[in-house]
Amino acid sequence: MGHHPPVDDWTSDFDHTDDVWAADPYPIWEELRTKCPVAHTERYGGAWLPTRYEDVAAIAYDTDRFTSRSVIVSEFRPPMDFAPAGIAPPISSDPPFHQDARRMLLPIFSPQAVAKLEPSTRAYCEELIDGLRGHEIVDAAEGYAQHIPVRVIANMLGLPESDADVFRGFVNHVLEGVALPLEQRAEGMLSLFGYLQGQIQDHIDHPRDDLITFLLESELHGEKVDPFHVARTIGLLLIAGIDTTWSAIGASLWHLAKTPSDRERLLAEPELLPVAMEEMLRAYAPVTMARLVREDMEWNGCPMKAEEWVLLPFPSANRDPEAFEHADEVIIDRAENRHAAFGLGIHRCAGSHLARMELRVALEVWLDAFPVFELANPAAVRWSGGQVRGPRTLPVRVRR
Amino acid sequence: MLIDVDLESQCGERPIRVGQARCYFTAPDLFEPDDIGDGYVIGDGTVPPGQEGQARLAVANCPERAITIDEDDDDEEGD
Repeated sequence: MGHHPPVDDWTSDFDHTDDVWAADPYPIWEELRTKCPVAHTERYGGAWLPTRYEDVAAIAYDTDRFTSRSVIVSEFRPPMDFAPAGIAPPISSDPPFHQDARRMLLPIFSPQAVAKLEPSTRAYCEELIDGLRGHEIVDAAEGYAQHIPVRVIANMLGLPESDADVFRGFVNHVLEGVALPLEQRAEGMLSLFGYLQGQIQDHIDHPRDDLITFLLESELHGEKVDPFHVARTIGLLLIAGIDTTWSAIGASLWHLAKTPSDRERLLAEPELLPVAMEEMLRAYAPVTMARLVREDMEWNGCPMKAEEWVLLPFPSANRDPEAFEHADEVIIDRAENRHAAFGLGIHRCAGSHLARMELRVALEVWLDAFPVFELANPAAVRWSGGQVRGPRTLPVRVRR
Repeated sequence: MLIDVDLESQCGERPIRVGQARCYFTAPDLFEPDDIGDGYVIGDGTVPPGQEGQARLAVANCPERAITIDEDDDDEEGD
């Protein structure tokens, strides 16, 4: 990403947008867990990095001392007057407002609601595969994984599929543009909200059977939901629903491309896929969340200052040997798997049933079409940095 | 054996089910989802003979560590 100087000392000057972190963060976390389990940096106006499962969990559960006012670390701290909803409710809302704003979304993402989306998701995956057939080398991230959640979430929300490139641009800016200077970052955020407000006005004028209209007609605390709240929630769903699932699908395909024994086992025992998925979610969890320290305090011996960030690297928690046996090994039939890939506590992922369905269908359709595939060039695989980790370039050689 | 789910475990000021969905996935005979995908214990939580393994699996897979089992409760009312 290269907007910040390279990191020299991960204990006192870490940066989650550093190229070394993006390429392979696991050795960094492993070293920190034993040497300096809660690291610090002066970058981003001050940030902390717990790396052990128990510390990540304790902070995720402590909504009193850590606020969710913003969950993406950058130089930008949203103004206090966005409370109680925050800039992207409910992920940016603290209790007690949070619970009702979240409850409003849950029926849309229930397992029953998600099951209805499975046939169209499968058809879309098959359509993408048809476009890849006939090529010896295909990009499983660019040509497959990235398109699936964009299409699914655009259809759910009621945003035009033809705007897919626009969404991806926004999401990329929000998640990967965190090391940009404040002004450039603000510009990108404003253009996202400008776009969403246009879409919401169009739904107010022309209601239809989709999530934007559903939210506009929902009630919160006895009143219709403010369209500005709806815009910010839609922004959240767009951002949370795209890169995360794309990353999970891509990382799983990357693992299977480089691990023929696991790929062959899944071909022989397709019923193992749901268990295998959980293990790939554990080992390659895409999402790191964040909090802001509410007030100056000492936390586990760390002098935390108000408005400093705290990253919650669930992918590191998932590799903690104190929490998982053989934490660094992918054990495709791991039966006991208390992974935190979807987060922990009140802010845990609201779309996990949708994400799991997309991941399962994407892998089923891929394995059915391309039972034999391998990394075409391991050195060409490129991973995203920042708070959502997944392969962005993933060339694989497919054999029929 | 008896299952107990602690709904208020570490989940803020009001009880809220967090809905990780791991219990009804790993122990479908003992847990079921409600209409928003949160897991509920089926029946009164008594684990039928032969399903102790499923119960332990549910405990071991709950990221919120909200499920406990009472291994000594032998269902005094009898089978």
